Amino acid sequence: MQIDSWLATNTFHHSNFWDLNTLVQEKQKQNLKISLCIPTLNEEKTIGKEVVIFTSELVQRYPLLDEIAVIDSASTDQTREVAAAFGAQVYLSRDILPGYGEQRGKGENLWKAIYQLQGDIIVYIDADIKNIHPRFVYGLVAPLIFRSEIQYVKAFYDRPLASSQGTRPSGGGRVTEILIRPLFSLFFPELTALIQPLSGEYAVRRQVLDKIPFPIGYGVETSHLIDVYHRWGLGAIAQTDLDRRVHRNQPTRDLGKMAFGILQTFLKRVEALGVLGDLPELSTTLRQFQVNKNVFEEIALNILEEERPPMIDIPEYREKFGIS
Amino acid sequence: MADVTREQESAIADSFEDILSMLPVIRDASQSAREILLANLVMIGEIPSPTFDEFRRVEFIQNRFVEAGLHNSSADEMGNALGILPGKSGGQNILVVAHVDTVHAATVDHTITLQPQSVIGPGVGDNALGMALVVTLPMLLELLNIELQSNLVLMGASRSLGRGDLEGLRFFLSNSEIPISTGIGIEGFPLGRLSYNSIGMYRGEIICSVPEEYDWTRFGATGAILTMNEVINHIQEIRLPRRPRSSIVLGSIMGGQAYNTIATNTVLRFEIRTESEQVGEEIYHEMEAIISEVSSQTGADIKLDVFARRWPGGITYQHPLARAARRIMGALDIQPRKSPSTSELSAFISHDIPAITIGITYGEHMSSPEEEVLIEPIFTGLAQLIGILLAIDRGFCSAD
Repeated sequence: MQIDSWLATNTFHHSNFWDLNTLVQEKQKQNLKISLCIPTLNEEKTIGKEVVIFTSELVQRYPLLDEIAVIDSASTDQTREVAAAFGAQVYLSRDILPGYGEQRGKGENLWKAIYQLQGDIIVYIDADIKNIHPRFVYGLVAPLIFRSEIQYVKAFYDRPLASSQGTRPSGGGRVTEILIRPLFSLFFPELTALIQPLSGEYAVRRQVLDKIPFPIGYGVETSHLIDVYHRWGLGAIAQTDLDRRVHRNQPTRDLGKMAFGILQTFLKRVEALGVLGDLPELSTTLRQFQVNKNVFEEIALNILEEERPPMIDIPEYREKFGIS
Repeated sequence: MADVTREQESAIADSFEDILSMLPVIRDASQSAREILLANLVMIGEIPSPTFDEFRRVEFIQNRFVEAGLHNSSADEMGNALGILPGKSGGQNILVVAHVDTVHAATVDHTITLQPQSVIGPGVGDNALGMALVVTLPMLLELLNIELQSNLVLMGASRSLGRGDLEGLRFFLSNSEIPISTGIGIEGFPLGRLSYNSIGMYRGEIICSVPEEYDWTRFGATGAILTMNEVINHIQEIRLPRRPRSSIVLGSIMGGQAYNTIATNTVLRFEIRTESEQVGEEIYHEMEAIISEVSSQTGADIKLDVFARRWPGGITYQHPLARAARRIMGALDIQPRKSPSTSELSAFISHDIPAITIGITYGEHMSSPEEEVLIEPIFTGLAQLIGILLAIDRGFCSAD
């Protein structure tokens, strides 16, 4: 599929889907269930607002969502209490499929949501969005409702207002522009059409989610895109412009950790798919440096990107959802 | 959900006591609209809406009015958001209004934080909550099975604060073809506020400027700050009568650029507040005289710019509307705090329309970025509003 034609047919703006009545009617006609999963770790400041706005707008006023679930990685603040106070279903990640242990990372919560939630479509929204709005959900879910061939819808954030120049950068984050886009350009050129491949907001059909592995750390978004692309093709992926997302900015050192984790995942995927041949054993230690009174000191961080298998391979899941 | 049943609602028509007895039920039942009310509060409050630049917030409110199925939902040429919830008989028109504008500039971070007990952010109480309540009212009445006889005109009023000088509401009352029988102004806080009369008010600025090439050898040549200080000293000497009650509020002062340069500009914002129109005029003339005197002594250019005025007036303590509001508050254990107003009320007074302003909940840090309103008392404030609406609707508030 050509990038240009994909951009024309599979890139949306949330305002394309402003008519929520029609969207809900179409969802009901298809008898779809839609679940919202908000993975959390110490998000007490923003979680209440997300739950209230989605409950008000997309459960009570326009019944687009069938459940709103917070899957929490043992927050030490009041995240779970605040979310529950506003009516969300709150789960502790370690209590879901307890026989499989507990891994630390956002991908773990996303993976366990597939088992815990009921939806035919699961939409994942990060909990740290300061300017939360219903468009974050309906903008991602709508392409799946209106276009049956689309399986995976990714958010991107642009500001299509006035610009003094005819062209401008598309606005990916630093890790996207420095790491992901060059890697995709080398190995999966078509995936470069995704404006923000690392955005944490996406909606996916269960039939796809339960068939792909889940890195539990930084690499989950990159891994998803490669796997969905490899198995279902670029036509199964879409992206929606949600305008603007206000969130915490991360310091450069944290972006280094993120890039390291993503790179590990990326290399594992290209090796598994036979794109790159066999790789030597890779170090899991990231070495960063700091200066203490004019002396350079090494900080060695062990970042191991572990991976959960496709949920379809978990017997408890097959039993719960009646898959033989 | 503890709905108000059809039988209960129709019984309300019979006596004021029935309205009072229904208030706790209304308070409890309206809890089921909690998420929708809070979502409206957050979404309205996160749209910056400084006076004269309320367009985006008005657009949101207008969309909500359309979604609620209100009639004539529109924004007028002054930027007010309007919609009508038709009553069964439409015999009278009750206007429920909240101001859409805030004191916060568009550049201020308008992010709102929602905690289990409270909502925090710039302008949440003044007046995103008031506006959220107006927007949620049609749905609440439907939820409670309450259908009024009167038409309910719902309004988000633009250009209310500061230099806006209630321009939006004044425009509507002067130009609308809908005769308004009673007005209710909604403010986020404080719960218990009951304003039914307006004090006289002059709001303005004293602007002191000295030119860059000022002759610093002249008497008093100490720049705009000390000149303004001289003005303030004289204002402090104005003798204010104990009755009728009067005061001069010096609200804010701005001036100067740096540590080491003499200020060439100073602006003092003030309000003269008084129960007497005549006293207000006298104080105003005294201020004019002070400014002329200080200006002639120092050679500084001092201007008195009064851009907003209110005239004293309103309904009496014994007016049936004020009495009904107090009884309703009492039934909900709200301690009424009589508070003369300079808000929307005076626009109603200018048109001889009986009106009150009420608050909805308790809060603190007003006008700061950490303005906070408590969630739980909102439902008492809401029951109070619906009780007053029912009392007006059933004819218990008319002076005739």
